[in-house]
Amino acid sequence: MIKRVHFPASPLPYLLVAPQILITLVFFIWPASQALYQSFLIEDAFGLGSEFVWFENFQLLFEDDHYIDSFLRTAFFSAAVAFLSMSFALVLAGFADRVVKGATFYRTLLIWPYAIAPVLAGALWVFMFNPTLGIFPYFLQAFGIDWNHYLNGSQAMALVIMAAAWKQVAYNFLFYLAAMQSIPKSVIEAAAIDGAGPIKRFSTIIFPLISPTTFFLLVINVVYAFFETFGIIHAVTQGGPANSTTILVYKVFNDGFVGLDLGGSAAQSVILMILVIAMTVIQFRYVERKVEY
Amino acid sequence: MAKIALEHIRKAYGPTEVIHGIDGEIKDGEFVVIVGPSGCGKSTLLRMIAGLESVTDGTIRIGDKVVNNLEPSQRDIAMVFQNYALYPHMSVFDNMSYGLKIRGLPKAEIKRRVEEAAHILELTPYLQRAPRQLSGGQRQRVAMGRAIVREPSVFLFDEPLSNLDAKLRVQMRLEIKKLQERLGITSVYVTHDQVEAMTLGHRLMVLNGGNVEQFGSPIDLYDKPQTLFVAGFIGSPAMNILDAVCGGDGKSMTLFNGDVITAASGAENLAGKSLKAGMRPEHLHLAGSHDAQFSAHVDVVEQLGADTIVHGTLLNTEEQLSVRLDGIQRLERGSTIGLSVDPANVHLFDPQTTQRVN
Amino acid sequence: MIENRPIVTFFTHVMLILGIFMIALPIWITFVASTHDEIRMVQSPIPLWPGDQFFVNLERTLFGAGLSGTENAPVWLMLLNSLAMALMISIGKIAISLISAFAIVYFKFPFRMTFFWMIFITLMLPVEVRILPTFEVVANLGLLNSYWGLSIPLIASATATFMFRQVFLTIPDELLESARIDGAGPMRFFWDILLPLSRTNIAALFVIMFIFGWNQYLWPLLVTTDTSMTTIVMSIKQMLEAAEQSPQWNIIMMTALLAMVPPVFVVIGMQKLFVKGLTETEK
Repeated sequence: MIKRVHFPASPLPYLLVAPQILITLVFFIWPASQALYQSFLIEDAFGLGSEFVWFENFQLLFEDDHYIDSFLRTAFFSAAVAFLSMSFALVLAGFADRVVKGATFYRTLLIWPYAIAPVLAGALWVFMFNPTLGIFPYFLQAFGIDWNHYLNGSQAMALVIMAAAWKQVAYNFLFYLAAMQSIPKSVIEAAAIDGAGPIKRFSTIIFPLISPTTFFLLVINVVYAFFETFGIIHAVTQGGPANSTTILVYKVFNDGFVGLDLGGSAAQSVILMILVIAMTVIQFRYVERKVEY
Repeated sequence: MAKIALEHIRKAYGPTEVIHGIDGEIKDGEFVVIVGPSGCGKSTLLRMIAGLESVTDGTIRIGDKVVNNLEPSQRDIAMVFQNYALYPHMSVFDNMSYGLKIRGLPKAEIKRRVEEAAHILELTPYLQRAPRQLSGGQRQRVAMGRAIVREPSVFLFDEPLSNLDAKLRVQMRLEIKKLQERLGITSVYVTHDQVEAMTLGHRLMVLNGGNVEQFGSPIDLYDKPQTLFVAGFIGSPAMNILDAVCGGDGKSMTLFNGDVITAASGAENLAGKSLKAGMRPEHLHLAGSHDAQFSAHVDVVEQLGADTIVHGTLLNTEEQLSVRLDGIQRLERGSTIGLSVDPANVHLFDPQTTQRVN
Repeated sequence: MIENRPIVTFFTHVMLILGIFMIALPIWITFVASTHDEIRMVQSPIPLWPGDQFFVNLERTLFGAGLSGTENAPVWLMLLNSLAMALMISIGKIAISLISAFAIVYFKFPFRMTFFWMIFITLMLPVEVRILPTFEVVANLGLLNSYWGLSIPLIASATATFMFRQVFLTIPDELLESARIDGAGPMRFFWDILLPLSRTNIAALFVIMFIFGWNQYLWPLLVTTDTSMTTIVMSIKQMLEAAEQSPQWNIIMMTALLAMVPPVFVVIGMQKLFVKGLTETEK
């Protein structure tokens, strides 16, 4: 936590932490406490005064079918994104781990989607699936599928899931590959001598050994799907059609900035905060990222 | 150059006191080794002299100046660390000159000093290398060079040789001794290795549990250990310590199995009491049945060529005993040997106070 | 590897190439779209092989009016805005995290742990959960439509602070003691010893934070209303909206390409540092 020896007491350390602390106070703690405070207020229709209403905003939220729907939708969206991108990354990493020559080459070609902004990822996918021009709807027609994510809610959901998962594959791939490469060769060799073939080795030795990484990535992917996919939704569907892709983060933004429902938006913020805190706690308490060999 | 005076030095971390009032004076130009087992407080004491730890109570003087509240850099000291603490991103030259640069010495003077130190330490070809490109012994020398260029009045060494392999350690030990004699700078050296301590120090301060057990020359410590701890700590194999009962004359000691040995100078006032009798393995000799003062059962015989170490027990007891015999001695495991000792080489200690009594 | 059966190795490579194909497909289509003229890009099926209009589109996008029918700033200005924002965020994060980690590790002072936990809390408050009140603070401070407003609220960083704390903790204590004996004060020690020893970590963090900064979307969307402050990443969304009236996919995709080139270049060019940065900030 701290060095055995340290510099003698002086005002210097206060000056050193001041910038970070100041920014934290002004842009993090104060706004968060404001959100907390506003979540207990309801503004009157003209925005002239407000009333302290305790938990009424929260009560309203949980009575609101739209909010409950959005909640469930977010859960489905995160689960789908996490599963899709993690399983794809796991398979790729499993193959890349076997490659002796050209491993760096493959890695280079697989990691760069990490660098692409979510909103750009959304733009790319929305172009590929453009109902009139997109290359995929063109091919899908051959199978009798009429693609139009502007009208079909499930197709819209499928599209944002694909875009979000695509962008996250790179990250998952890197962590999976690193985890696999840190397994000692001798363990794999011992399994081979015991007669396990490549697939058996992967499922009974490698996969169990990297389970801490899987758990860690699960948390990271859920956090990603919850909070960082705003750009994708905003670019691809804007929450539509008929709210079918309105995830929680998008709803906070929409209700606050477009709908101007301050109390409701603040209450949603507070719920999101509780979710982030829970996930951070899980990440720090239960994710044991290192396996001892 | 300066003398160092320690007056009632205490050190406590919160409620736990680790150094319980140490006194001692290190003379100008003297090489003093602080030695003791791990956790005895020796490093803490050195670090207090360096100014890296605060002093809870007492006074430290370097020269005539009380340095308790001076920063390390103001104490006119230089220190060599166990892991060398070389700045990994600086060349050997930069490592050695860093302190001088901070003190604002002129460039030419810095260069002169570094080159001179490099010459003494045979580091001249390595001045532009990074520490990671050097061997352990070379790094050790850079650490010393960094100390030398400061031209301090005191050198402090914190177990500087413990990261080296055995052969290099012996070689560097010699180099440090020669260097100190050549420069004549007051030096304080901390180690847990009693051989290092005996070979290097003009005087040794033996520390145990935060107290000074004895402060004296290597020969003093060997010949007249003042406490049971020093007796057991100095010398290898360690001194044999046997339980004994003091006879009426204060000189004849009856061992556990009834054998009797005599000490040259005794402890008359302890007649009839139980004592600890210490005899160094190298002071025990094989004796025929007439001259033998006591007998031992042989358990293990170690043939080292130059001498033979016999490990056994005092006959008919469980008391461990070792004997160092000159040359090659063919002894059978399980046999019984007769032993004698010169009364002048029998050390007597009070088991209660652990102090020497003769 | 244990098995060297050629068929297994062959299969492995085939699967990897297939994976790369799937990952790269969206980018390929983007690239192809940026190499055709706008007439070709409204005919279905759209081309899958590059055309010859790349440089024409590039010039039109960078310096021309860009998308007709919009009132956007020129794309080169957006690129500059993005660069400024990304650099301010990454350098700002690194600078304030370095000094606060230095204070927390190397000094013992009242409220040290309070400060530590305050920094830790930022981890739990992503901008998405405090959008409105943070916007109000920035508006009240008069920072809307400025580089400061774009970057400062984003430069507090618990991850960077923790990473530097971790790095500092691995630097042996003796180095500090040695520097003190050499007469170096705290700031001198910081500049002469700590900074050079943290160089690779700083570089690795810079790579990650640059990408983070460049890719910001929601925050710039809120605090910039002036078109001259638009960042390139933001502009894509506006173009997509405009595309519903006048589809100029060649220009849109060229802009998308320009928006992703700098961060992708950073990742590929500094792959080692990138991987180091990514894995170490997660510790």
